[in-house]
Amino acid sequence: MKTVSSLLDAEWHERYKRISRLNIRSSIYDVTNRCNLRCKGCFFFSSGEDKAAAEETDIRKWEAFIDREKERGVNLAILIGGEPTLCMDRVEAFYKRLPSFCATNGLIKLDRDRFPDLMVGISLWGDEEDEKLLRGKDAFAISSKNYAGDPNAYYLYTITPRQLGKTGRIIRKIRDAGLKVHMQLLSNDEGVDGFSWRPDELAAIRDEMDDALDRYPETVISSKYYHEIITTGRMLDRTFGWRECPSVTEPLDTRDPRPRRLIHFIRWASDLQTMHRCCTSETRDCSTCKDGAAHMSWVMVNKRAHIRTAKDLRNWIEIYEMFAKLYQFIPW
Amino acid sequence: MATDTTILRVAEVMIDELKLEDVTPDTFSPDIDLVDEVGIDSMDLATVALVIQDEYGIRIDEDDYTKLTTVRRIADYIETKKMAA
Repeated sequence: MKTVSSLLDAEWHERYKRISRLNIRSSIYDVTNRCNLRCKGCFFFSSGEDKAAAEETDIRKWEAFIDREKERGVNLAILIGGEPTLCMDRVEAFYKRLPSFCATNGLIKLDRDRFPDLMVGISLWGDEEDEKLLRGKDAFAISSKNYAGDPNAYYLYTITPRQLGKTGRIIRKIRDAGLKVHMQLLSNDEGVDGFSWRPDELAAIRDEMDDALDRYPETVISSKYYHEIITTGRMLDRTFGWRECPSVTEPLDTRDPRPRRLIHFIRWASDLQTMHRCCTSETRDCSTCKDGAAHMSWVMVNKRAHIRTAKDLRNWIEIYEMFAKLYQFIPW
Repeated sequence: MATDTTILRVAEVMIDELKLEDVTPDTFSPDIDLVDEVGIDSMDLATVALVIQDEYGIRIDEDDYTKLTTVRRIADYIETKKMAA
């Protein structure tokens, strides 16, 4: 039987042990159905999830709900929307009760006196031109001022095919704002012209992501194995898709055979009763899904499949570390 | 303290359910750390727990998973629960 220590040297084994007992159990919460942007390609609005349920507005019901989530074993609340910062009282209810992460477009600044160490992921969809085209404004110009130098904030840079050859400049802008960046790829749910990935573009962006990690290791939170998986949709000898995805809401998961999955994962709508199918849009074609967290989770839940060679296991460790850093389970 | 029979059966369940290769119940060290060495995670433990619960008629609380770090400890846990039943 292959064991962890037979594959790793002492340093890597220590890195493995630092994360092996974290048992991250995340769920995702639509904090609100409203947003102060309307981006082309945002799955929440393009698939009508903003109309899936009426928002619960009683903060006491949110607080009781979060307490139940904690009892259910959730130890990471991922707050999305809509735009969570439109409802600071709900964000605060999570922050006071559970380790939380807040996704935001960064247009509204979180008050750091109220949320001193809440991890914030700021969405970014490309350069100034693409942001204006897809989101209606250059959100970076505002968000980078709001969060400049914030040690508990990073950019979640959704790369589009039009960003080929331009990512280095964006990453330098983020570095110069004193922030870190994590990269994922646009899934183009609304089929905006020129924003769907071709195989040659995926191969090229993988090289560019690798280069960014080599050039800016203090700024880019990533791993080359993650780049491989997100651009190829392949892990070991398997292909990402509905039959493999771990980020499916547990009570709605009727797949047979059931794949390895996130334990107790639910994506809740803002009425605190309705559940969405998965971490992203129900209307998305899973075979072309580029969701970064889903791909990271796919690797993370398949640890033993990576206890095959030293390289495979080190790849697994790097992705788990990346996820643990992005959600504050271990320091940068 | 668990009997050899229970230890061997727990090892057998782990090998079968988790499809562990190049190991038999006899060669599976009962004291090897399941997380740090074998690479078991909580989903694996949940899979094994389901079989053990059915077979021994006991309940394994999820909160106890962190204590079940070796085959011997799982076997001890089973026998303690059986005695308490």
